[in-house]
Formats: sequence, structure tokens, C-alpha cells
Amino acid sequence: MPRESILHQVRTALGRSVGQPAAPAPPPSLKTPDADAEARLESFCRELEALGGKAWRAASPEEAGAVVERLVAGRLAVASNAPFLCECGITSLPSVRAGFTDPAALREACAAAQVGITSADWALADTGTLVMLSGPEEARLISLLPPVHVAVLPAQRMLSGLDELFTLLPRPAEQTSSMVLITGPSRTADIEQILVRGVHGPGEIHVILV
Amino acid sequence: MSGTYQDQIRATLGDPRLQAAIYAASGRLMDHRRAAVAPEVLPDFQELRLQAHLIKQHTLDNLDYYLEQFEQQLLARGGHLVWARDAKDVAEFVLDLARRKQARLMVKSKSMTTEEIELLSRLEPQGLEIVETDLGEYIIQLAGERPYHIVAPALHKTREDVGELFSRRLGVERVSDPEKLTKIARAALRDKFLAADIGMSGANFLVADSGAVVLVENEGNARMSTSAPRIHVAVAGIEKMIPRAQDLAVFLKLLGRSATGQPLTVYTSFLSGPRRAGEIDGPEEFYVVLLDNGRSRLLADREKRQSLYCIRCGACLSHCPVYRKIGGHSYPWVYSGAIGAVITPQYQGLTEFPWLPFASSLCGACGEVCPVRIELPKLLLDLRSEVQKALSRQSVNRLERLAFRLWAWVMCHPRIYEMLGSVAAAAMPGEEAKDWPRRLPAWLMRGPLGAWFSQRDLPPWPERSFRQAWRARVRDRSH
Repeated sequence: MPRESILHQVRTALGRSVGQPAAPAPPPSLKTPDADAEARLESFCRELEALGGKAWRAASPEEAGAVVERLVAGRLAVASNAPFLCECGITSLPSVRAGFTDPAALREACAAAQVGITSADWALADTGTLVMLSGPEEARLISLLPPVHVAVLPAQRMLSGLDELFTLLPRPAEQTSSMVLITGPSRTADIEQILVRGVHGPGEIHVILV
Repeated sequence: MSGTYQDQIRATLGDPRLQAAIYAASGRLMDHRRAAVAPEVLPDFQELRLQAHLIKQHTLDNLDYYLEQFEQQLLARGGHLVWARDAKDVAEFVLDLARRKQARLMVKSKSMTTEEIELLSRLEPQGLEIVETDLGEYIIQLAGERPYHIVAPALHKTREDVGELFSRRLGVERVSDPEKLTKIARAALRDKFLAADIGMSGANFLVADSGAVVLVENEGNARMSTSAPRIHVAVAGIEKMIPRAQDLAVFLKLLGRSATGQPLTVYTSFLSGPRRAGEIDGPEEFYVVLLDNGRSRLLADREKRQSLYCIRCGACLSHCPVYRKIGGHSYPWVYSGAIGAVITPQYQGLTEFPWLPFASSLCGACGEVCPVRIELPKLLLDLRSEVQKALSRQSVNRLERLAFRLWAWVMCHPRIYEMLGSVAAAAMPGEEAKDWPRRLPAWLMRGPLGAWFSQRDLPPWPERSFRQAWRARVRDRSH
């Protein structure tokens, strides 16, 4: 059995025995800096725009809905099942399709759509990152297949960075089979190290903070 | 050094276009990294490196424990674990899976581990179509080559090369604009993603307390490969383990910065098992293949165990003055640069490529930039000494041993040393003939002596030796 033979070889190499507990691991080092909410929002917008994304600030859900309507501009769009999008009136926009629960239908819609609209569980201020947990509210393909990704989230979901995220969420696997961090538009530099946006994922990303 | 590698190195050194491409690309990677780890932007960089080193050390010292924890966590979340001793085990598993699931098409994201076991060449003849989806890897696959750099596989290709390749292999119009070329690849691969039955990935990290695979990328092809097809297979070396999801706060900060100077890459996916109840999309089946392929053997050596801490950022390639001259294809295995020179002899046998640990100027840059603080220069030195010992045992260098014994004897006898020195001085040409090594008789230029002289410009012999000058000085002083 490969399992037994590999474990046996590893144990022999390390001089350990079956069932031997591990020595205590070095404690995790997680430091959350103090920064006021406004400074975090500013940092997020600056970082996202430096990567070629676009950050928007909206005073109310209605205003956010209006920004999304302008961005979609009548193009075919797919929205996720996040309740916040409904609150912003996004799911009732004319060219927006929403309410998918069937994987095949969702996939077909995402492959045809020009815009994918989602919310996000958190955002990270110091890198301009969106944190998205897959679940009944958020699917994976909406932020991936369409060439434009629009994310709308309450500004209170802004965290300082990775350290705060992993302090709040020490074991993401207990909540979802897929957590993805999205930092700017899809990009490559594989040909002569020249930056090109929109390889396989969206080349355009808009984040609206409400 | 065997002829193939010597020829490859000569060809690389003699190609000005390639030299310029490697130099420019690795130089940019160096600049980007330097800016991303500068104290103004990342004041605790050195603490992070130390923490990463300690976590890796701890994980590998207790690896059996974490492997079992990983297994238990993965199974609890509905994933499957496959243990593979070598390339053959992996290929057999994938072929069997493809047969059982009647899969014909597999999309694949970038993975050094699958390159290491040459998985594609084992699977393709069996009728399975496999498509590399990282742009660089796709180019390399179409060209039928192997990756040039860990993070920039097509570093040596110009836009014209890629344009020519695409028009020949994909039947598209010949263009050389990187933006247009990327669009061509996007369109060609989009259909593959949606039609594929199996998506294969590597793993940047395996998280023991979560049974999770972590993937770090910029293009979105790894997300595609692991989200669209109904089956996801991740192939990872057992050394990719870290204990906790929380440790990612350390490793993610180091990996992107060290590789390309990005604080975070565009996409970081944390995947633990197949789609769960209530989730709308994602794979129905999730397999992790844990590969040994010699890693457990490396664990046994306490000193060299740290070679397994590597997180494959490629910084020790881009910063290596030897890599920057001879390029990635001059190394005998998929792993090049300093880390390649350190792990290849350990995986493939010390005497297989005895010259490899010597392919370094020992300038120390690799050790200085390594984000997990692997003592690369020290390991290179240790391996040099082991290679010499192994070659002595095989009596390969009997002549060399004799030469060194003679040299040691001369060095222990100052009078004889001095006498030989003055004989040599009398025989050597003077000031007017600086390039005398170039004009040595042909019979002297063969073998190791020729290799040595071919790269050196020796200064003319001084009129007085150091010892003579010293004696004169002491004499003058005492007057």
C-alpha cells in the first residue's frame, strides 16, 4: 500500500513512531494594526486602482444600485443571490438575471453574460482584495466567467488585511469548500513580461463600497 | 560535465537575443521583488521570513503527523486522498479515474510537481487530451518544451516567437501584440474549460488543519480548472504541508512578493473538498494526490531537510548570476537556479550530475532572497564536498586526487614551493604576452586544463615572488 509505505518512510527518516503527537507548533503571528475606518477605505481604493481596478463609494444602497445600473449599461448581467444586492435594487434591473440555484443554468448564464455582479464577505484594505466564500449566496463562476466583475458590499466589511481575516476566520474550511481572495483584474505577464489584463478571469473589476 | 549540457550552455551564452531576454526578465523580477519587500512597505519582512522558516521546519520535523491530520480533515469534508510513491502511481491513478468517469478532456493549471513527474507525457499516449491553461505553460506545451523559470515558464520566448507558434499550431493569423496573443489564448482555452471533465491543479500549500489545497495565481486559469469541471484533482508533493490556515497570513505575504513583487497575487483559492450542500457550483468530486517521489529520502538528512522548505517562488533563480547567464534549460531537471542545483542531486543521485552544485558563484544572493531562509549557499558547499567524496569512492577522479596530494605536499614544503616558483617564472612569458593562456599548445588545451584556461586571462608572472619581496622588505627595515 502506498499510504503505509510513504508514512513508514517518512517516520523512519524522522525517527518518529506511529501515533506520536507533534511537538508544539510555533504560535501563529497575527497582528492587526489600528487604523480608523476611513483610512482603511482610502487604502483599499488606492490599492485597487493601482492594480487597474475601479473603486466607487456610495452613500446608500440606492446610490450603489444606480452606479451598478450605469456600469451594466443594458448589457447582459448575472447577479448572485446575496441579499445585499437585492437591497440595492440590483436584482430587479432589466438586463440582470438572478436567483440561480441550478449549476448548469448558472454556468450557461455566466458564459453568456458580459457582467457578473456579486457581493463579498470581506475586503482587505492593505491589498485592495475581495474575500468571497462560496455558498448559497455566492457562486464561484459569477466572479470568474464574465469579462466584467462588479462587487457591491457594505463598507463595514472592510478589514485591515490578511492578519485580521485569519483572526476572524481561523478555519475557513468549516464554513465553505471554497474561499477565494480576489486582488484586482485577471492578468498575465507571460509574454515578454508585458502586463495584459483579462486572461481567463475578468479584465475589468469594479468595487462599490456602501 | 556531459556534452549535452555543455552544448546547451554554450548555445545560450552565444545567443545575444536570448541573453538579453533572460537578463531583462530576471532583472525586472528582481526590481519588483526589491520594491515589494522594502522596509517602508513591509517593515516586518525579516520576522516573516524567520516565522516561515520555523513553521516549515516544525511541519517537516513532524510531517507524518500533519499528513495524517490532512488526510482526516480532507476525508471528513468528502474529499479523496490518493498516496503516490512516484510518477507511475500518479499516472495510473489519473488514467484509472479518467476511464471510470469516461473523461476525455482534462484542463490543467500550472504545477511544477506534474512537470517533475512528466505527467503529460505519461497520460497523453493513453488517449487523454490534456491542455495546459496558464498562458506561459500553454505556450510551452504548444512548443513542446519544458518551463524556463518556475514562475515565468516562457521567459525565453519573444512575442514574435509566440505569434509564429500560435499561427502554426492554432491556425490563426500571425500577430505579435501581447494583448492580441493573450486574447487568442483566452478564446482557445475558454471552450476547453467549459468542455473539460477533469480539472487538474498543483498546490502552493496544503493546510493540515483544514484538509485544504491553496492555489496562488494571476490569470484565473486555476480558478477555472477547479470550478468548472465536475472533477478536481490536485497533485502535490508531501512537503507542501503547513499546519494551520492561519499560517497563510505569513506565507501569502512572502510568496507573491518574492516571486513577482505582488503583495498578493490576483487570485488565492482556498479549496477544501467538493461542492457542499447549498453551494451552487464547484466540482462534485475532489481528489488530492500526495506525492513522495523521493521526498521522504531527503527528510532523513537533518542538515539538508531544509531543501524541502521551498515554496517555489523562483527568487533564487532570478537572482542567480549563473542562472542569468546559462538560463533555465541548461539545468538537467525542471528545477533550475540555486534550488535546482541543491535538490536535483539529492533526488537524482549525487553523481548523476556532479557539476551541478558547482554551477554557482557562491555569491550568497540566493540565500539572502529566499523567503523561507533556506541556507542555499551552505547546502551547495555541502553537496560539493559530498559529490567529491562520492566521485573519489567511484575513483572517477583518481588523477585529480593525485594532483591534489602532490599540491598539498608542495605546499607543506616552502623551499620546494619556492624553487618550483622560480622555475615557473623563468619559463613564463613576460609583460608583452598578457594573453598567453590563449596561445598554449593545443595538447594542453584538452580536458580539464583546457576548460580552466578557456575562461581565464592570467596576469604575467611578477619579477619577484611575494616571499622574495617580503625578505627584501625585512632586510631593508633592519638596516
